[in-house]
Amino acid sequence: MNIIVCVKRVPDSESRIAKSKDGLAVDTQGVKFVLNPYDEYAVEEALKLREAAADGSVTVMTLGGEESKETLRTALAMGADQAVLLKGRSSVDGLGTAEKLAEVIRDREYDLVLFGKQAIDDDNLQVPAMVAELLGLPCATVVTELRVDGGAVTATREIEGGHEVVEFELPGVIAAQKGLNDPRYPSLKGIMQAKKKPLEELDVGDADSRLEIIEVMNPPVRSAGQIVGEGADAVPELVRKLRDEAKVI
Amino acid sequence: MSVLAIAEQRGGALRGTTLEILTAGRGLADALGVELIAVLLGPPGLAAETGRLGSYGADRVLTGFSDAFAEYSPEAYTELVAKAAQENGGKAILFAASAQGKDLAPRVAARLKAGLASDVTEVGVAEGRVVAVRPAYAGKVFMRVGFTSEPAMLSVRPRAYKAAEAPREAQVEELAVGGEAVSRVKVRAVEEQQKERPDVAEAEIVVSGGRGLGSPENWKLLEELADALGPGAALGASRAVVDAGWRPHGEQVGQTGKVVAPPLYFAIGISGAIQHLAGMQTAGCIVAVNKDAEAPIFKIADYGIVGDVLEVLPRLTEEIKKLRS
Repeated sequence: MNIIVCVKRVPDSESRIAKSKDGLAVDTQGVKFVLNPYDEYAVEEALKLREAAADGSVTVMTLGGEESKETLRTALAMGADQAVLLKGRSSVDGLGTAEKLAEVIRDREYDLVLFGKQAIDDDNLQVPAMVAELLGLPCATVVTELRVDGGAVTATREIEGGHEVVEFELPGVIAAQKGLNDPRYPSLKGIMQAKKKPLEELDVGDADSRLEIIEVMNPPVRSAGQIVGEGADAVPELVRKLRDEAKVI
Repeated sequence: MSVLAIAEQRGGALRGTTLEILTAGRGLADALGVELIAVLLGPPGLAAETGRLGSYGADRVLTGFSDAFAEYSPEAYTELVAKAAQENGGKAILFAASAQGKDLAPRVAARLKAGLASDVTEVGVAEGRVVAVRPAYAGKVFMRVGFTSEPAMLSVRPRAYKAAEAPREAQVEELAVGGEAVSRVKVRAVEEQQKERPDVAEAEIVVSGGRGLGSPENWKLLEELADALGPGAALGASRAVVDAGWRPHGEQVGQTGKVVAPPLYFAIGISGAIQHLAGMQTAGCIVAVNKDAEAPIFKIADYGIVGDVLEVLPRLTEEIKKLRS
């Protein structure tokens, strides 16, 4: 089974993010970058499927700059076989990025294309379904359980208050949600091997944006309210304040 | 020319987020001076719901009823929505940023080669073009974006707009259904775990628990509080307790979970990591209960109680019940 996993380099979820001085971007100075957390589930699932099928390969792919090589190496260290760096900038909305990825994926051999359900920087949740549409493939997003049996895919997707079980035939696209698996940590051996694994570079140019950022704003500053009191004895006063002051109950 | 709002149903009834996007869509249609069209796809029994779409501001309703649409069907829906937009001069298309909307909107955007703004909290018109405000980095920043393509595609965050009636007699027209490609994605089952409670992202009140509860068994105390608060209350959870396997990830609030903005948010036994705060800091009123007076959650909470959550919770439930009776 040949699997392509699309990944992204993003700021760690514990980072502080604020608008840049010119107010047109975010300031990522001093921020630690990681493999997008949802992509870890996608990489892990690809490795599990390849191991179960006992043949095929896992290719990780990203659209980004030179610095994204580090992200690809992380996925290689987890166990992916090869990597492709599409050199160019991603778009503000998801479509331009999806177009660049689809263009390259189209000409490759694959059974399954895996993504994390969203990148935790732009929070667009767009690229997986867009790549599916551009390639004319069936797709399931926000997947928490996946079974591949020959060519038949059974995926459980998260919906409001429950789950939906969908089926389709390969080839197709899956976007991974937290809970799909427990991503492995790269082993020391894996990290050493990753340095020797093939990393292909393609100049694809910058993706077209169909949205432009007019302004980046910090969220409204919330100031600390009041400590009503200590322990269970403070509860009646809290409830009174919620009713009379905040008028929320 | 028109603004389209893509309605959503579950089990033969409109979902609440549909009324919210009609309200957002009504405002946008008025600002652009065009009509608002609701597109309603679903099973045949849904015809009874078209009147409500008019009550909340739709000038016209395009319906596509078929047993094949009882469950969401990505490919067929994409085709019908794209066609409805093309045939009606769609200047903008609004979806709810729900499980269905977040799956469908990107497919339609790719089909129409149009830009999509996800999870928007505000939509309007500036200098003749559609603009929107949307969170990024789970709400650590907000971006004002403008569209450089048409139609403007938007998914609207649940609860960003309060559904408001704007009654009119909507003209109902049937979409030609049946010619579209058969979806290769088949829905085999829908499992609803918590029918009695709304989803955490769509709830009026969220009661979230963290490590401070001590063990998964103590969640019954949180459930009792949610029950006392009424049917609009949902349960939420911190990343720590989801990672520990105490709660399902569908309940997680924060950067790798759901971003929520309910009018009332309870953070019980949650210290307030950056990634959690990002996901709930735009809630209306935040109440925190934590034994550590120095916990970061108190820096953004409107009301706090310092104390043992296992003592405070039962009392809180009791007082709320008293108030409600």
